[in-house]
Amino acid sequence: MAFQLTINGRAREIDVEGDMPLLWVLRDEIGLTGTKFGCGIGACGACTVHINGEAIRSCQMPVSGVAGPITTIEGLGAGQADELHPVQKAWVAAQVPQCGYCQSGLIMAVASLLAKNPSPTDDDLKTTVTNICRCGTHDRVRAAVAALAKA
Amino acid sequence: MVIKTWIKVARDNKVTIYVPHQDIGQGSFTGLGQMAADEMDADWALVSVLEAPAHEAFANGAMITGMAGDLGVSDGLLSTLGFVIPKVARAVGLMLTGGSSSIRATGQYAMRPAGAAARAVFIEAAAKTWNLPASELQAANSRVTHASSGKSITYGELIDTAATITPPSSPRLKTPEQYTLIGKSVPRIDIPEKVNGTAKYAIDTRLPEMKYAAIRHSPVFGGTLDSVDDAAVLKMPGVTRVLKLPATKGTMMSPGDGDVAVVVVANNTWRAENAVRALTVNFGPGLNGNLSTASMFAGFDTAVSTPPKKDLHKQGDVGKVMNAAGAKIVEARYRAPFLDHAGMEPLSTTALVRADGTAELWVGSQVPLMARGAVADALGLKAENVLVHNHRMGGGFGRRLHVDFIVQAARVAAEMPGTPVKLTWSREESIQHGKYRPASVSRFKTAVDAEGYPVAWENVYNWHDDDAAKIPYGVADQHIGYVEATAPVPNGPWRSVGHSRHPFFTESFIDELANAAGVDPYAYRAKLLTNAPRHRAVLDLAAEKGNWGSPMPKGSGRGIAVHEAFGSIAAQVAEVTVVNGELKVNRIVCAIDCGQAINPDAVVAQVQGGALYGLSAALYGEITLAGGRVEQSNFHDYRSLLLQDAPAVEVHIINSGAALGGVGEPGTPCVAPAIANALFAATGQRARELPVKVQTATATESAA
Repeated sequence: MAFQLTINGRAREIDVEGDMPLLWVLRDEIGLTGTKFGCGIGACGACTVHINGEAIRSCQMPVSGVAGPITTIEGLGAGQADELHPVQKAWVAAQVPQCGYCQSGLIMAVASLLAKNPSPTDDDLKTTVTNICRCGTHDRVRAAVAALAKA
Repeated sequence: MVIKTWIKVARDNKVTIYVPHQDIGQGSFTGLGQMAADEMDADWALVSVLEAPAHEAFANGAMITGMAGDLGVSDGLLSTLGFVIPKVARAVGLMLTGGSSSIRATGQYAMRPAGAAARAVFIEAAAKTWNLPASELQAANSRVTHASSGKSITYGELIDTAATITPPSSPRLKTPEQYTLIGKSVPRIDIPEKVNGTAKYAIDTRLPEMKYAAIRHSPVFGGTLDSVDDAAVLKMPGVTRVLKLPATKGTMMSPGDGDVAVVVVANNTWRAENAVRALTVNFGPGLNGNLSTASMFAGFDTAVSTPPKKDLHKQGDVGKVMNAAGAKIVEARYRAPFLDHAGMEPLSTTALVRADGTAELWVGSQVPLMARGAVADALGLKAENVLVHNHRMGGGFGRRLHVDFIVQAARVAAEMPGTPVKLTWSREESIQHGKYRPASVSRFKTAVDAEGYPVAWENVYNWHDDDAAKIPYGVADQHIGYVEATAPVPNGPWRSVGHSRHPFFTESFIDELANAAGVDPYAYRAKLLTNAPRHRAVLDLAAEKGNWGSPMPKGSGRGIAVHEAFGSIAAQVAEVTVVNGELKVNRIVCAIDCGQAINPDAVVAQVQGGALYGLSAALYGEITLAGGRVEQSNFHDYRSLLLQDAPAVEVHIINSGAALGGVGEPGTPCVAPAIANALFAATGQRARELPVKVQTATATESAA
């Protein structure tokens, strides 16, 4: 059936099964491949996007359940200098990514946290950002978030 | 003009450096670019680095004699590169990315000489242009200048003249004080595209009219696919085909692999995956249906009960020392499990096979040339008709040294000529059909002197793959070797290969000897490293930065380990606390001597990442089998570090000036022994098995 979605500020009509996860609507139906498939069970966070500014794991969100505008990594920095959100800039400054595959999800999770809580403690970060990174960028994620919290 | 395959300078003065490796996030494109650009005195702002196409031109000497190649490569640096080829043949010959080899082999023996040759050619070209002696000219920032006359010209303006000049056969390389880029933490060139979603991985491939495929393998290794009932599935939305796949021919270092599988082709990854899960499939167990981890370890335990049958290292006569009257013997045995690589990007390949016998592959491979060859073999195509597009990889760690998933995609595409098909493995298939780090048992027997230091060292283990069991310690009599006892489990290199397990064995055992001798474990090692000054320096630095010897609260402890791997020497000090029966790692301090850090921040990142990759394995990593099947399936039961689990990792670099060592893997080996030794310091519990587990009182009682 047809669904009306707003993705990165653009209206889209998608005609798919209602139980298709948002992840696959984004990646295969629309072609926004910056949002990554990592586990399919909501365990790794690579597929994190925002709905109404709230970080959600898009592999666990059926398209029929989407209520509100969607922001993906491709749209996160829209309208900002160099089209980069402050979290993305902090990520470059701290040289966070290695293979980079989990980073879209990490950046989305951190951006959502900071929007609500501009000076998160280490504990806030630990309980909110539960993404998996196999390359081991954890230290640099913390450093980048600490720099943002001070800024 | 093209300074042969490696470096291209355009008229607008832009420099492109082609490297025969992939950058999987280790920063090698940046580092290799720095090495070439520094030697050629290029302006870094004008430099871009690209992966060379999967083409023999970049893999052996053939190109150098003038093959035009895919890039319009002109003839060229035969003399310059001729000497290079043998030294880098192993890695470059396969265009392989592994063995922590990019910088120390390709960088040192190909990128630097090519850059230096290019610089010499541009100086010569300017000398010709101005009719001035080359000795009066300087090169800097992609320009040649003549100080006394003020003349200045860009490399780009010199390319026509440069093309007429034969590059020097032995260009003079810079000395360290002349470096302008080597040794500097220039920002990694691959990072900007990794923060805005534009980096393209194989799994992101999109082509017009493409189809999407999902796969289900026989759950038992070597099992059979007996029957498939696809009637219902073919009626599911978007499903177009159901195919069976034969066993993939043996891939590198794992000749035994060969699952049979069923594939569903649909018009969306999710639909294909749903459909493949909905199939009614009968798999047969083959010969391995009774395989279990317990039975395998029992076999390994028996196997290593004899002295080594094949030697890794032998000096002196351990038997004589151990059998001498009054010899004091200390023994222990350790065990390490199978591990999956679990890179974040599930395995995926897009293939297009045309009726005219040509094919294209969109892959993420550590061995793109091997992938091309394997697909050509499988489909009966000519290798030169198979074009490989390599991509960023969502983690390699060794899994992408295998081409099984690439050949499968090509076989599916061959059934649908002209239609591109993307095959994506689910996380479950990726974890249950890996090429696992081999499980192993290692047994030690030593004779110690009156002060408790080893004088004879016997070590026997199963599942040999490299020299990782060697020790740096001054022990007069040694017999280190293995008994060939394996299991029918697909296996292969896993970040640091044998170094991922042997340092856990050797450095735990040394710790046991130190504690038995009543000597501080750091001081004990230091005394045994009298004739290994680089190891000693690294150990000392780790101990100093890790506050070795300062008091710790009850229930906390420090552990130390040192190990040489891939030409680098690394040591780590770990601090742990046991809270409510759980091991918490609070801090890891690493020291590394990799000769010289080409890009220090990238080295720090690699050692941090290597340590945390090893820590995930040391704390949680374990692939087990029952009924011939892998019992784990996804990140809920094959755990990986989250932010709350990850300690701070400090890295301290020693630029010793020794031959360059690798950095992608040496951060991994010391983690497991450092935390196991720290657990002992904290609790008196000795972990002889990985993953490291804290024994609760109940568990201890029931084991007793």
